[in-house]
Order: sequence, then C-alpha cells, then structure tokens
Amino acid sequence: MKSILCWLDDRLGFSANVKPLIEHPVPPTGWDYTIGSATLIAFTVQVVTGVALAFTYVPTPDHAYESLNFITHVAILGNIVRGIHFWGSSAMVLLIGMHAAQVFLVGAFKFPREMNWLSGTMLLLFTLGMAFTGQLLRWNQDAYWAVVVAAAQAARVPVIGDWLTGILFAGETVGGATLTRFYATHVFMIPAIIFGALGLHLYLVIRHGVSEPPVPGFVVDKKTYRQRYEEIVHKIGVPFWPDAGWKDVVFALAVGSIVVVLAIIFGPPDLGTKADPTIVEAYPRPDWYFLWYFALLALIPSNIEDFFIVAFPAFIGLLFLALPLLAPVGERSFRRRPWAVGVVAFTAVSIGSLVILGYQAPWSPVLGDVTLPASVTAGLSGPQLDGAALFERKGCINCHMIAGSGGQRGPNLTTVGARLSPDQLTWRILNGGHNMPAYATTLTPQETSALVAFLASQR
Amino acid sequence: MDAERPNPVPAEVEVESRRKFLSRVSLGLSALAGAVVSVPILAYLLSPLIRPAPSQWRDIGAVGDFRVGETVEVAYEDPAPLPWAGQTALTALWLRRTADQAFTAFALNCTHLGCPVNWRQDAELFLCPCHGGVYYADGSVAGGPPPLPLTQYSVRIENDRVQVLTQPVTFA
Repeated sequence: MKSILCWLDDRLGFSANVKPLIEHPVPPTGWDYTIGSATLIAFTVQVVTGVALAFTYVPTPDHAYESLNFITHVAILGNIVRGIHFWGSSAMVLLIGMHAAQVFLVGAFKFPREMNWLSGTMLLLFTLGMAFTGQLLRWNQDAYWAVVVAAAQAARVPVIGDWLTGILFAGETVGGATLTRFYATHVFMIPAIIFGALGLHLYLVIRHGVSEPPVPGFVVDKKTYRQRYEEIVHKIGVPFWPDAGWKDVVFALAVGSIVVVLAIIFGPPDLGTKADPTIVEAYPRPDWYFLWYFALLALIPSNIEDFFIVAFPAFIGLLFLALPLLAPVGERSFRRRPWAVGVVAFTAVSIGSLVILGYQAPWSPVLGDVTLPASVTAGLSGPQLDGAALFERKGCINCHMIAGSGGQRGPNLTTVGARLSPDQLTWRILNGGHNMPAYATTLTPQETSALVAFLASQR
Repeated sequence: MDAERPNPVPAEVEVESRRKFLSRVSLGLSALAGAVVSVPILAYLLSPLIRPAPSQWRDIGAVGDFRVGETVEVAYEDPAPLPWAGQTALTALWLRRTADQAFTAFALNCTHLGCPVNWRQDAELFLCPCHGGVYYADGSVAGGPPPLPLTQYSVRIENDRVQVLTQPVTFA
C-alpha cells in the first residue's frame, strides 16, 4: 500500500510541487479572509448542481418548462438539486459581493495586488452574467418578459443599441434562438471564462501572498512593501494548510449547510406560468440580484433615464477598474479610511432598501382583480354607489388606494373628500395630470358627477 | 564555409535571431489560425443580425370578427419561427377596429422598457404593469414614463381579411 502511494507521489509530484503550494506561509488572518474561498466553494456547488440539472434540462422553448417541471416534481430529489442551484446562486452573488467589500475595506487591492482586484472584478461581472442568463432558463412568463425588459434597456445604448438587442435576443423577438443562446452562454461560455479568470485570480494570490491584515498607520509604499511583507511572513507566518485553511473549511461548510437547508425547506422557486409571448398577464421582475437596479430605474426622473440606463452601469464598472490604479499605495486600514467605510455602508443599505422597495413596487399599478372593501361601499346609495362601481371599472382603483384596497401608483384617496372640493375633483378627473390620464373623453357627464359624488364622500 | 565569409556572424547571435524568428513565426501563425477560425464562428453567431427576418403580411382574421370601437388581443405567427419554437412561434398585438373599414394595430410592448401593456376595456386605457405607463385607446401616452406612443404595425384589408405586416420588436 505504502509503495503504491510512494509511486503515485513520485509520479504526480504531490510532495515536491503541490504540498509546498498549499503549505505556503501566510500571515495570520481572521474570519473575514474566508469569504473568498467560500465564494469558490459556492461556484463549485453551482457547477456540480448545474451539470446535474443539464442531464435532464431541455433548452428548447417547447420543452424547457416541461423538463424543469419534471426535475422539480418527478425526478428523485430533483427539487433539492434545483433548490441548491437556486439558493446557491444567491449565496454566490452575496458572497462575491461581500468578498469585494472585504477586500476593499482592508485595502488588499493596493500594490502589488492590483491585478488580483481586476481579475476579481471580471469574476464579479461574469457571476452577475450567470445570474442574469440563469433566470431566463426557467422559461416562465416573468423570466421571459424580464429579458424583454433587459433588451429594451440595451436598446437605449447610443449607436450600437439595436445591435446589442439583436445579440441579446438572437433575433427580433425572444424565442427559441434566445433560449439556446442563453443556455450556451450560461453553461459553456461564462463558466469557461470564470474558470480561466479564477485560475489567474488564485495564481495571483500565490504570487503576491495573502495580504496581511492591515495595521492603522502602516502605509503601503511601493519601495518597501514587498520586503516588509517577506519579513512579516518570515516572522509570524503560518502554513496556509491547515493553520489558516481550517477556517475556510468551517465557513464554507456553514454556507453550504445554509444553502442545503434552504433548498430542503423552501425548495426552488415556483415555476409559475410557462413563457408565452401572447399572454400579457405578466409581471416582469428580475431576481433580487438585479431587482435593486430595476427599482432604481423606476425611481429616477424619466428625463434622465436614457442617460442613466447607460451611464450608471458604465460608471460602476469604471470605478471598479480604476480603484487599484487610482489608489495603489497609502493607508490600508479601514479605521483610517472613513470614506471607504462610508461607501460600503451606503452601497449595502441602498441595495438592501432598493430590493425591499422592488418587491413592494409601489410604482406599479395593481392589475389583478381588485375591489373596494365592503366597509367603503356599505352605506352608499344612488350616484355615490354608481361612483364606487365606476371607481373599480374605469381603472381608478388600479392606481389609487381607498381604505387599504387598490394601487399605490397614484395618491391615496381614502380621505380625498376632505382634501379636494368637488370642482377640484372634477377638474382633475377630466384633465388628468402628472402621471394620470385625462378622462374627459371616456366618462359621460353623469358618470363624472357620480364618480365625484363618491370621492367627495371619502373623508 | 562560414570561415570564408568576410564578416562571420558569431554563433550565439545567429541562434538568438533564429529563436526570435521562430517564436515570431509560431505566434503569428497561431494568431492567423485563430482569426481564420473566428470568421465562421462570429458570422454564425451574428447571423440573426446579418440576415434579419423578412417582413410578411400575416392574416389575422376576418373583418367581421372584430367590432367597431373594441380593442382585442390577436395572436399570429412570428416572422421566422424556428421549428422547435413551440409557443414562442406566436406573437401578438392589440387590434382596434376604429371604423367600418379601418383598423389600428399596436405592439404589446410598452415604449418605456418593453413590458406587455394590458388593455382595460371599461377604462379605455392601456396599462403597463411595470412602471405604470398609461396609453389612451389611440396609443398616445396618457401618463407615466413612456417616452413615445405605442408602436403601430401596418394593417391592411384584403378580400375582407385583416392582415398585418410583421416587424421586429422595436424599442424607443
């Protein structure tokens, strides 16, 4: 037995080449240094579950949805595999974001690790690409229309907009060619790029060493940094495996356990309705990783929208690329970099709030069956009762809320009778204004006065 | 033989320039091979852009199927569906019969970000579920973020049949 192991070791060169690599000395680091390796493990989990799903998934418009239904409801433990892939994708996006924030906060992007940061930026970009292309593969109504919305945004890019849309769609509409394009991108192209960028990223970690936890006042200087790092590693360094690596294993196991538990308890998301371009009952909404941006687009003034749709992502991308080149030296500790802490805190709070707002979507009208509560209509009679019926039929309730029922797109009208006179109400209904349509041509005078009578009674 | 030359080239310089030459030729040939292979791959991937689907008149029903003043959703076959397109071989539009012999056809897509607009017959409005864009029955903007009226398709009446000219999804 021993001789077989010795033979293998000699022929593979494990002790000679690999062991020194995994035992290379690193400065003692805290738990925050384990987020990067957990991202790597999350990626591995995505690859394994993704390959498993690809054994069954059929990337054609007439069978994609059915094959996912089969995976979710018929295949043995298929819903767990799909659940892990779904929750694992969230874990990976979250972890890579946290890893970027941590590297930024401890200043590990500075000299000589600029390329570590830039290769990491590529990995972040392509991870988001995986998140984006993955959603369409569900081939349900919301995913289908979310891609239409994405293409509409791509169309806003000056000069090459139509061309970009054509590339994204693989044609003139979202259809079979779009699905196979997204499938090939999701399972072959981007993973291949990620493997390459990951190889570079890990190689650079070995080349420049794991950054030492920063000490306030110890600034990075290109002339002295490398020598000082050597001294630190020589004096207090420990072998990466197992002295530092055990923490990576524990953290990755914790993340993996959470993902598996979520997959078992909640499973994958409900598939919903199959994608159908002729069914307009859809509520296109991206998954949470892009929902914050979707919410942001809903909140900005529409006159800067054209500019914003293109400039905002470009600006964020440029910031990531420019960071290590603009600030390659100097203070690393976040205790002396209040702006860095502020940027991370602001980003986290903004994204969190925008995701919550995106789920509530107060800017969207309510399009389902929505009626006034009985408490509002109970005591009404005559024109007021007619007005209440018109409020529901003429689409008012889709945007305006009364006593908790209705949309939040327009002002809440629960007490509008106390706020506006009947004349003011009439004027606003007939002429519209801001975001409200004018009803002058669609309401008869009797209908208008009934509607006004109803609204005036709401105090 | 070398010894007979007037200015013999030292051996190490010759090796050096030979190495430089070999390395350049190898890299150059590899790059050329890569470029040659890229041509068919790129052309193949970009074929939908290079050769767009032709516009065609599609029959979407008899004139008598539609009532004056009503707006209904009509599904019809995509300009160039793939054999495996399934449900996505179809696309749809909102068709309004404005007069006895006059129709208007609107795209489903909101001009803001492409979401499908819903027609509300009683309110006589198109509502967009995404950001609350609203259009009047004639497709003009009634409120919300849409920058342009709903896109219209060309419609014609041939032998008492309503026909629509297919066109790609267009965005503002």
